[in-house]
Amino acid sequence: MQFHKTRLPNGLQIIAELTPSVHSIALGFFVQAGARDETSELSGVTHFLEHMAFKGNERFSADDVNRIFDELGAKYNADTSEEQTRFYAAVLPEYLNPTTELLAALMRPSLRQDDFDMEKKVILDEIAKDNDQPPTVAFEKSMETHFDGHPLGRCILGTLESVSALTSEQMRNYHRERYGADNMLLVVAGNCDWNRIVDTASQYCENWTAGAAERDLPINEPRPSIHVIQRPALQQQYVMHQAAGPDARDPQRAVADLISVIVGDGGGSRLYWELVDPGHAEMAESQFQSYHGAGVFRTLFIGPPKETDKNLGRIEKVFLKVNREGVTEAELQQAKSKVCSRIVLSSERPMNRLDSLGDNWVYRDRYQSVEDDLNLYRSVTTSQIREYLERFPLAQTTTVTVGPLGKLKWK
Amino acid sequence: MSEQLVHTFELPNGLTLLIEPMADVQSAAFSLLVPGGSLYDPVDQAGCASVLVEMLLRGAGSRDSEALTNALDNLGLQRHEAVGRQHISFQGATLAENLPESLRIYADIVRRPTLPAKEFKAAVNSCAQSLLAIEDDPYDKTMVELRKMCFPSPWGNPSDGTIEGLSHLGMKSIKEHFKRCYRPNGAILGIAGKVDVAEIQDLVQAEFGDWATQPEPEYLTGPRGPYTGHIEQESDQIHLALAYDSVPCRHPDYYTAWAANWVLGGGSSARLFTEVRERRGLCYSVHSQLTSTRDDGRVLCHAGVTSDRAQEALGVILQEILRLPGSIQENELNRCKAGVKSELIMQQESSSSRAAGLSNDWFHLGRVVSLDELRQKIEGLTVNSLHEHLERHPPRDFTILTLGPRPVEVPHAIP
Repeated sequence: MQFHKTRLPNGLQIIAELTPSVHSIALGFFVQAGARDETSELSGVTHFLEHMAFKGNERFSADDVNRIFDELGAKYNADTSEEQTRFYAAVLPEYLNPTTELLAALMRPSLRQDDFDMEKKVILDEIAKDNDQPPTVAFEKSMETHFDGHPLGRCILGTLESVSALTSEQMRNYHRERYGADNMLLVVAGNCDWNRIVDTASQYCENWTAGAAERDLPINEPRPSIHVIQRPALQQQYVMHQAAGPDARDPQRAVADLISVIVGDGGGSRLYWELVDPGHAEMAESQFQSYHGAGVFRTLFIGPPKETDKNLGRIEKVFLKVNREGVTEAELQQAKSKVCSRIVLSSERPMNRLDSLGDNWVYRDRYQSVEDDLNLYRSVTTSQIREYLERFPLAQTTTVTVGPLGKLKWK
Repeated sequence: MSEQLVHTFELPNGLTLLIEPMADVQSAAFSLLVPGGSLYDPVDQAGCASVLVEMLLRGAGSRDSEALTNALDNLGLQRHEAVGRQHISFQGATLAENLPESLRIYADIVRRPTLPAKEFKAAVNSCAQSLLAIEDDPYDKTMVELRKMCFPSPWGNPSDGTIEGLSHLGMKSIKEHFKRCYRPNGAILGIAGKVDVAEIQDLVQAEFGDWATQPEPEYLTGPRGPYTGHIEQESDQIHLALAYDSVPCRHPDYYTAWAANWVLGGGSSARLFTEVRERRGLCYSVHSQLTSTRDDGRVLCHAGVTSDRAQEALGVILQEILRLPGSIQENELNRCKAGVKSELIMQQESSSSRAAGLSNDWFHLGRVVSLDELRQKIEGLTVNSLHEHLERHPPRDFTILTLGPRPVEVPHAIP
């Protein structure tokens, strides 16, 4: 496994982890543009722009884009988060050149007005789809509340109103601001020759205009809150909690990951034994996620409405006990086994390496091999877990519930 | 493609062991299919197989529920159990050195579960809640109901059972289901990854070799459901679901049917995506898939559409399906072939996909199709062969289900 990096004269960074023993190559453009970079007026523009990228440019029509990706046998997609927009594809190594060409074309789309009007309908339908998914509704509301007044509280898809009101002119301006070459990273993983990657990327990206973009990083200070969204027709009650955690540059993030596994892994964890195993809830899982300048420890549980208040109390009990006593050595070892096995299994496909490579580069300015990642988790001790819990005690700071209940009796 | 070698061992008791060593991975995975699926649920106790699987993981061999989960977690095993109609499937993947111990524990799970009565209520609760969660997810709900309509019973019945069925269950039925259905004859164990063939073969012989054969249990068959339906549900989207007859995996036309469906609703250059989403902006997601039980194949299509455009969307979807016979172009088939080639090669990067592929092939075809053979089969398809297939099996006898705040009118002029 070999790591390489370079920067084109216009500022585009390229990093690659090359492994001759795999059968494919995966590549992705990571653009530092997310919902947090929008204003209220522009809410949803980042995600809408991600869709519009697939409508192509002067050389490739929308049909061409879909057709060529399929002709290349590519597994490809794009996604928009609070902080990044990513466009990626995995192909057989011989298709590096046309795949790079096509992905690069997506980064400089024409944003034609008729495509814009047509795709707006698709986005509005996507918003309707999300609104029919109770866990997504709970997630969106909990982000909005937990990050009230903070850029991370912006909804990725935007609202029916904000998206309806967006103009292609606004999107063009936003694109100019956020898609400068300095604000983008090309990540490559798999079986390929480094010189070929650099030559190909230069061929298709060297004409891009430079331009770095600013990002506000205000401190988030969530106040405890409870929100109830009543949906009488639902069968189950959905509850999402969020609490503060370390940010993406913080060395304690690996500790946070391990605690989330010990406390709220899908099978065999504190919440599993307290809520799921006895049949009080269908699922109760925790997950840690870090951002630029902020981190959150999330817990989602789904259970019968009538059991919800008791379940909230059960979670509180689990959290308080962990805060008070920490975790056992055996629990920590087990969490390490789980996490390390996941890392190794996932890393076997180049496509799955893109995220980790990109995140380490974007957030921490460094390359981490699979072995480095494993060592990071293996080195965590129970006393580091205690230190973490002193700083970020487990909590149900922000609570949002979606389901038949009109109010919670808990607290 | 690198050389692929699959070792096949048929144990005297009927269990089939398939091993594919993979040189370039650090992991190993297994896919164990036990022939105790929901087909064998007692008629008024739908969900029996599902609750039994819940119970299996709540104690086996000398381990109680917690010890069992801990043992699997300590091995870093990523696991998944699924209740199918024919089989229960137990899938696991972990670092290669932990595979042998994982298999020993699974021998306990499928052969020596303790089925503790005190866990029964929680297991039923857990299954009931999964069923309720399906009610809350309009897509899941639509597809469960569509299967019920378009496949004959019991193949179309929801494999997780029904709330009603669960209410009739007792510990006695669970124990009987286990005794009657869990057996080596008809069980398939696929293993792929960085493994030593002789070591695994010995281990499987030792752990499963003395598992006693049993007669294949019987199940009752019944008719399929109605051809049209609407489920009234408060939602922002209307869900459109269609099904029509095709061929099952074991049919000689299967790959041809599969490719024809790819042209219709497989990739993002496929016709449904192009016409429904890209040209008309009618929805966010639309796709179709060829799905197969042992004896029947169906093409299932789905689109979630904002309600005021549902009628138009249904019209366009039907039009595209009906237009398919006789209209497939060379370049469409070539795109399908490119996708298959790349998928087959990339499968060699994942022990889990290979393990699942081995077991599935054996179940449907009674042999393992090598990646190379599969590639040649797909390469050999021609536009003509696709059209001939569609002449023999034209899309017709549609099942159409809608779910949402109001029904969508089904056009009369469809075959």
